[in-house]
Amino acid sequence: MATTTTGVAAGEALLRVEALALHYRTRQGAVRAVDGLTFDVKRGEALVVLGESGCGKSSLARALMRLHPRNLAHHGGRVWLGETLISELSDERFRREVQWSRLALVMQASMNALNPVVKVGEQVAEPLRELKRWPRRRALERAAEVFQRVGLPLDFMARYPFELSGGMRQRAVLAMALVAEPELVILDEPTSALDVLTQAAIMNVLKEIKRDQGTSFILITHDVATSSELADRVALMYAGELVETCSAERFFTAPAHPYSRMLMESVPRLHERRRPRAIAGQPPSLLDPPGGCRFAARCPARFARCAESPPAFVPETADGAGAGVEPGGEPGVGGEVSSEVRESRHRVRCWLHATGREETP
Amino acid sequence: MTAEAPLMEAPLVEARGLHTWFELRQWGFLRVGAVRAVDDVSFTLARGEAVAFVGESGCGKSSLVRTLLGLHRPTAGEVRCEGRDLASLGGAELKAWRARVGYVQQDPFGALPPFLDVRRILAEPLKVHGVGDRAERERRIRAALEEVRLTPVEEFLGKFPHMLSGGQQQRVVIARALILEPALVIADEPVSMLDASVRVEILELLRGIQRQRGLTLAFVTHDLATVRHYAERILVLYAGKVVESAPVEALLDAPEHPYTRALLGVLSDPDAANATRQREVPPGEPPSLITPPSGCRFHPRCARAIAGRCEVEAPPEIATAPARRVACWLFDEPAPPAP
Repeated sequence: MATTTTGVAAGEALLRVEALALHYRTRQGAVRAVDGLTFDVKRGEALVVLGESGCGKSSLARALMRLHPRNLAHHGGRVWLGETLISELSDERFRREVQWSRLALVMQASMNALNPVVKVGEQVAEPLRELKRWPRRRALERAAEVFQRVGLPLDFMARYPFELSGGMRQRAVLAMALVAEPELVILDEPTSALDVLTQAAIMNVLKEIKRDQGTSFILITHDVATSSELADRVALMYAGELVETCSAERFFTAPAHPYSRMLMESVPRLHERRRPRAIAGQPPSLLDPPGGCRFAARCPARFARCAESPPAFVPETADGAGAGVEPGGEPGVGGEVSSEVRESRHRVRCWLHATGREETP
Repeated sequence: MTAEAPLMEAPLVEARGLHTWFELRQWGFLRVGAVRAVDDVSFTLARGEAVAFVGESGCGKSSLVRTLLGLHRPTAGEVRCEGRDLASLGGAELKAWRARVGYVQQDPFGALPPFLDVRRILAEPLKVHGVGDRAERERRIRAALEEVRLTPVEEFLGKFPHMLSGGQQQRVVIARALILEPALVIADEPVSMLDASVRVEILELLRGIQRQRGLTLAFVTHDLATVRHYAERILVLYAGKVVESAPVEALLDAPEHPYTRALLGVLSDPDAANATRQREVPPGEPPSLITPPSGCRFHPRCARAIAGRCEVEAPPEIATAPARRVACWLFDEPAPPAP
């Protein structure tokens, strides 16, 4: 595999994001919805982005897809997809070469955004005709394959969206995202408007696609239980920043950041009698986020330093298991401990986990 | 409020053979069928208990609670409130009953008038029902805000809904539902529009107030995972009918109806192993309420349907344990089959 200029083996990380920022202009000032995110997604991996509403998760999807609103104030950071530095592409090249063909998005409630007067099959085939200039017949044949993939009966191709139930429309939107065989699909709350049984059926489809086709996913959601249906890794956002990224196993059992722990304790459990605990307080305004740690005001473990200066997003060390090495380790990195430490994928933004470090931002 | 004293021994609310159908008409006059949103439902709500109505969207749960509120007139059957038929109540009596029922809507932002501040929103029900003078109303408004923990009260009295967070808006909605000191609070998916971290707070608040005041809480939800701590009894609805009703712990630990079992089977606690586990989902989708399936409404999706029986005749509600009923032919045996 070739190596990019930044020294990370290509083919390992499919998507690499560095200091991604998206700020909106409002009458009160700039809203820092996405404020310096750094993370990566490997090939065939599903990263779940968790966070409360207003933490910037949907803006993250927009920033990656370059779907900018008119009140854009600032868009920064670098994004690699495979070996392409896609953040440097012109808008036109991005649209032609990346959007939808390599990087697709299923937006929140997009099942309600289907064109009501175009047959579902034609809509699913449209990206191929538009982006790849495929003839209609060939595009429809490919659409039929994807229909089967997502569990839609083939005769639904000739139906209009109003003839489909919500769950079926959501499958159609998913088919549309998958039709051009993108390497990475971003799902923004793909099932939150659906019933539990329909939700489970769609998660089943996503699991199959991930297993059989090796498609990578970024699943954006606020629902911790549902997120565990797909997650290999978890990235938790708070007030425009990432506060922790780690393996799903670690996150669901023993996360490091106080916010992660409190979030896990707030999840109602079906099979446990322990009462869920609410997280008191509210996230800060993104217009003028606090200077120190953004979670400090709600954090039970805060100390003087937390309010003074912002903690950096660094490899987790406090658990004594060695810098950043996750329990069980990452598959396929045996022997490369030093690079694993350097490239640690368990990162935490918290002064509690920065003991002995001098690196302040 | 009314001359007639409520019968204390009667349950607070009793629904008997309740049907709420919505007629479908073509060209405004031709009757072409009906949406059978609530189809022969019977239950009681005892004083001081919290009951959860669980079901998927379109199962009729919202129509059911709206019928209890008196917003829909039942097509057949009756709702007895403190022993009296809701449909027989006249204007003044109906108004008096409505003061005894608080309603917490699903979408707090949509439920609050955008041009009124919190003080006026909370004063409205008091004015409508002619409660107290200005000073008394102000006292009660402040007490209500204290109760839903929107403190310091001064900070919130002058705020408009858009200046509040979703959780705070829902607290205002709850305060408004409580301000007339109702006997029954009906909450229709009170937390589904809120953030996960706020949900617990709101449910704890509702449950705390319900216990403290000893009022009856009927809440609608599609989320079985949250029910355990916030209700004593669950009624599971499917396609306009109650398929199972049981105490919360019993139902969650040992569901009986195949539909309840399917619902609980797809829910999980967060666990990394979920990502590789295919869930068992019953085939198909909830049926149309205009032309529901014959017999048991779940039979087309049910893996354990008994041929020649389930599609022919609707199962009666069968008592399987004290306070436990299931509408399923599988339990119509001397000894119910092992699950």
